[in-house]
Amino acid sequence: MALLTRAPKAEPILGQNRVVAHILAFLTWIIGLVFFFPLFWLTLNGFKEEAVANASPVLIFDPTLDRFKDVTEATNLLSFGEAFANSFWTVIISTFFVMVLAVPAAYALAIRPMRMWRDVLFFFISTKFLPIVGAIMPIWIIARDLDLLGTRTVLIVLYTGMNLPLAVWMLRSFFAEVPKELIEAAQIDGCSLMGQIRQVILPIVAPGLAATALLCVIFAWNEFFLAVQLNPTGASTIPVWVNSQQKFQGQFLAQLSAASVLATFPVVIAGWVAQKRMIRGLAMGAIK
Amino acid sequence: MSNAVVERGTRTDRSDEVKRLERREGWKRRLPILPALIFTIVVTQIPFLFTLFYSLTDWRIDKVEPRQFIGIDNYTSLAGESEKFFREAAWVSVQMTVMAVLLSLLVGTGLAILLDRKFFGQGFVRTLLITPFLVMPVVAGLMWKTQMFNSSFGVLNWVLNQVGVDSIEFATKYPLASVVTVLVWQWSPFMMLIVLAGLQGQDRSVLEAARVDGATTFGIFRQITFPQLRPFLELGTLLGAIYLIQVYDHIEAIVGGQPGARNLPFYIAGRSIGGGNRFGLASSYSVIVVIATIILANIGLRVLSNLLEDDS
Repeated sequence: MALLTRAPKAEPILGQNRVVAHILAFLTWIIGLVFFFPLFWLTLNGFKEEAVANASPVLIFDPTLDRFKDVTEATNLLSFGEAFANSFWTVIISTFFVMVLAVPAAYALAIRPMRMWRDVLFFFISTKFLPIVGAIMPIWIIARDLDLLGTRTVLIVLYTGMNLPLAVWMLRSFFAEVPKELIEAAQIDGCSLMGQIRQVILPIVAPGLAATALLCVIFAWNEFFLAVQLNPTGASTIPVWVNSQQKFQGQFLAQLSAASVLATFPVVIAGWVAQKRMIRGLAMGAIK
Repeated sequence: MSNAVVERGTRTDRSDEVKRLERREGWKRRLPILPALIFTIVVTQIPFLFTLFYSLTDWRIDKVEPRQFIGIDNYTSLAGESEKFFREAAWVSVQMTVMAVLLSLLVGTGLAILLDRKFFGQGFVRTLLITPFLVMPVVAGLMWKTQMFNSSFGVLNWVLNQVGVDSIEFATKYPLASVVTVLVWQWSPFMMLIVLAGLQGQDRSVLEAARVDGATTFGIFRQITFPQLRPFLELGTLLGAIYLIQVYDHIEAIVGGQPGARNLPFYIAGRSIGGGNRFGLASSYSVIVVIATIILANIGLRVLSNLLEDDS
């Protein structure tokens, strides 16, 4: 059950031999650093002067915070502050709605399964199979007719719809891990439904709830297609803001890097903190 | 619900009163699902019905003439000369999805096997490897384009110059390969996580026993590990394909409207709300994408249902 916190492993697939093991460990380190390098480089560039960034690559330079100041203080069509506020509220409110809708559904699908629960679960996940381009035109028309183009509301509704199937799917697996005997014991002891949920189920699924919510936050924060199609100005979000930092003339590399760092790191750090649970939720959501 | 049905079937002598109670219980059980179900249907399924309807019309929203019902004319036109860009985009979609899924699955499996061992800094390296998956797709695209692929200041070209090769403007010269590179960079970590879950779920004592019996590393991998990993690999393929078929952000960031890496979502958006205004025609493209995905998903669902089998 506790996949990633298991006792020391006895048997890796490769590298029984000690020398081989050391070489493989070294190789893994190198690959890890190579994978991380583009992001490391981006971060470095964010601290450079434009003249230094727009030149042959260098590692040693005088770091400056000016680019971060430039991008956060600039007041063009869409300022950083506005974009951040739009992203923040869109993400928080849509994730809240996702959880409010998904928790009861996942509970019903896992704890007291009904007939056809598998079909219902399949239906939820199969909605993810419908490419968003299959629905984007009517959504645009409906949003236009309701005067919702360029508002946070349209993104909140769509992000809720986008993350809901995934959340139901993941949460069900977390609820399914609650031992049935515990719930039955609580029932025999005369525990009410609310009592069962509060005292038995919630403590067990709480980490799973947090991981699911976090994953919804990451997906909603990073979403670009809907944001740029339905909300190109007005209430636009951080991804659209970053993309608008790309200028086609002049020196902008350091500025673009600083903007990218600001846009990326909130969720990257959140992901680092919660990685173990999220990994399990993502993988086990489907397996268990 | 299933319990209620069984009980009702076996104890026919029960009073109507009890039956009614049980039926109410069934509703009580189904009720918590309804809000999520209804919301999902309204937001994701109903719009598609509209798309289906639009695809049978000649609707252009930039014209004042009322839209006319033209049957399947949009669909028959897809095979004609006027729609060669659609077919081009469809072919790009196929190549992009297949290449990105297979390569990230391959790289991800390799990484998972390397990570599935105790070594100094294992947790740290895993964190490094997961990070690309967390990066905002637009940022990933812009970053690779301006700082890795770029011919004047890009790191890749700097490396090439060091070994005596002239700079290449990757994003313009090899647009499809450039996009796929970034996709693989972002999706290998995802595949790695899924495969890692599979690897760590295997029974180590079986592996040990096999080794004691003299099995080779390759033999163990082929006969014990791989069969256990199969459902995880299938799952990775399915989830990866569903997301990668919809890629838009990377294309917008790396190659923009340039031909050669315009896939269907990008082309469809451009032909309709992106300024093309051909809502009727573009809807027929969308329907084609959806049908292709449904076929893919059906194969995938069969895989998933195998996974869920022993879980009731």
